[in-house]
Amino acid sequence: MTEDGIRCDGRRLDELRNISIKVGVLKNADGSAYIEFGKNKILAGVFGPRDVHPKHMANPDSGILRCRYHMSPFSVTERKNPAPSRREIEISKVIKEALQPAVILKDYPRTVIDVFIEVLQADGGSRCAALDAAAVALADAGIPMRDLVSACAAGKVADRIVLDVNNEEDQEGQADMPVALMPNIGKVTLLQLDGMLKPEEFKTCMQTALVGCKRVYEVQRKALMEKYFQNGEQ
Amino acid sequence: MMDVKRRYVIPGDVIATGPLRPEQNVYQDGDRMISTCVGISEIFENSVKVIPLTGGYMPKTNDLVIGKVIGTSPLSWEFDINSCFVGFLPAQDVFGRDYSPTKDELRQRLDIGDLVATRIANFDRSRDPLLTVQDRDLGKIESGELVEISPSKVPRLIGKRGSMIQTIEMATKAIITIGQNGWIVISCDDSEGLLKAVEAVKMIDALAHTPNLTERVKSMLGVPDGENNDTIND
Repeated sequence: MTEDGIRCDGRRLDELRNISIKVGVLKNADGSAYIEFGKNKILAGVFGPRDVHPKHMANPDSGILRCRYHMSPFSVTERKNPAPSRREIEISKVIKEALQPAVILKDYPRTVIDVFIEVLQADGGSRCAALDAAAVALADAGIPMRDLVSACAAGKVADRIVLDVNNEEDQEGQADMPVALMPNIGKVTLLQLDGMLKPEEFKTCMQTALVGCKRVYEVQRKALMEKYFQNGEQ
Repeated sequence: MMDVKRRYVIPGDVIATGPLRPEQNVYQDGDRMISTCVGISEIFENSVKVIPLTGGYMPKTNDLVIGKVIGTSPLSWEFDINSCFVGFLPAQDVFGRDYSPTKDELRQRLDIGDLVATRIANFDRSRDPLLTVQDRDLGKIESGELVEISPSKVPRLIGKRGSMIQTIEMATKAIITIGQNGWIVISCDDSEGLLKAVEAVKMIDALAHTPNLTERVKSMLGVPDGENNDTIND
């Protein structure tokens, strides 16, 4: 990072990578989205509500949410074993738990909503990008939601708080903190921290990440509007 | 017409604040009315609702649905009703009260793959929807073309007081059976009329959110303006 705060990829401290989202890209899914978050390229597909298999998982009071985050073997420089790794299992779990407060599952007892996330190309911050795509895909599937979920990371690189940490900064940096937010309700659904921050650093880091989430939300909103209303805002 | 305010919304959008009653696809958070799906919000004098533009079919008692037989058990048929729940039609409903599994063969009346117009007799959260064919116009569908549209667009296909469907039926001389689950059977003696009716239904599915749809359908079908003057343009 340079003296005046220009980062390794030319961004300012509080600048996001380029984000673009396409809605409804998978024909056979009930809802889907494709996100390009910097160099991350991620597909998310939502199937359901549908019958639960195995049946013992079904909940008679409400629907259940299942989530699978998977990285393609070619998504990273060194071939990744396609079997689910410890990291992927963890990310599947945190994404599921970040989406669960937003999805109104009570309306669909004895059913399941499956979210499949496939990372085609990874470049740091893929769990946030995956979550952004998954939220849009859920909305595309018409599943009732209290709010969209927008996620963005912030971190500490070269003793400075930066927004949206990329892979290189993640490797060299001191901290990486992914945050997911329901922007209209103003509730945080995911908060992880890898590294160490002082209490005051944590506060600025959190603020930075929340600002990032709100900017991501605008992109998500635009993508949905484009799909359903051809951007014809009334 | 009543003063109705319409707006395009996505999940999480605040539609209105104040003492209003949340109706379909709206939930209340404090005094804010928040949309739970992608659709068009409507604010009435004392209530708010959102007409969804996406999503599957949720069974409702008294809905006419078109189902496809997917299996039989000794006492009932199982129907695919384009929903996350399987519909059940008890054998007694067709054979009468003296039905006996040893005497009557279910498959002889309705075989797997048959299309049947049915009504939902009962449905609640704890049980799968119970179907009935005990009514006029219900029963096995012998001929016609099945068209699948998004269930959220069925109200649009019917139109205000059935205006849209009447327009199509009159212009093409086709008989159209609309299932609330988005399955539509069109039958017509003349093949050209059939094709036109199918095209019109598909057009409504694709353009459901646009205004002046009745006019567009009319010009597509070649109905001169001025006919059907009682239809209301929405």
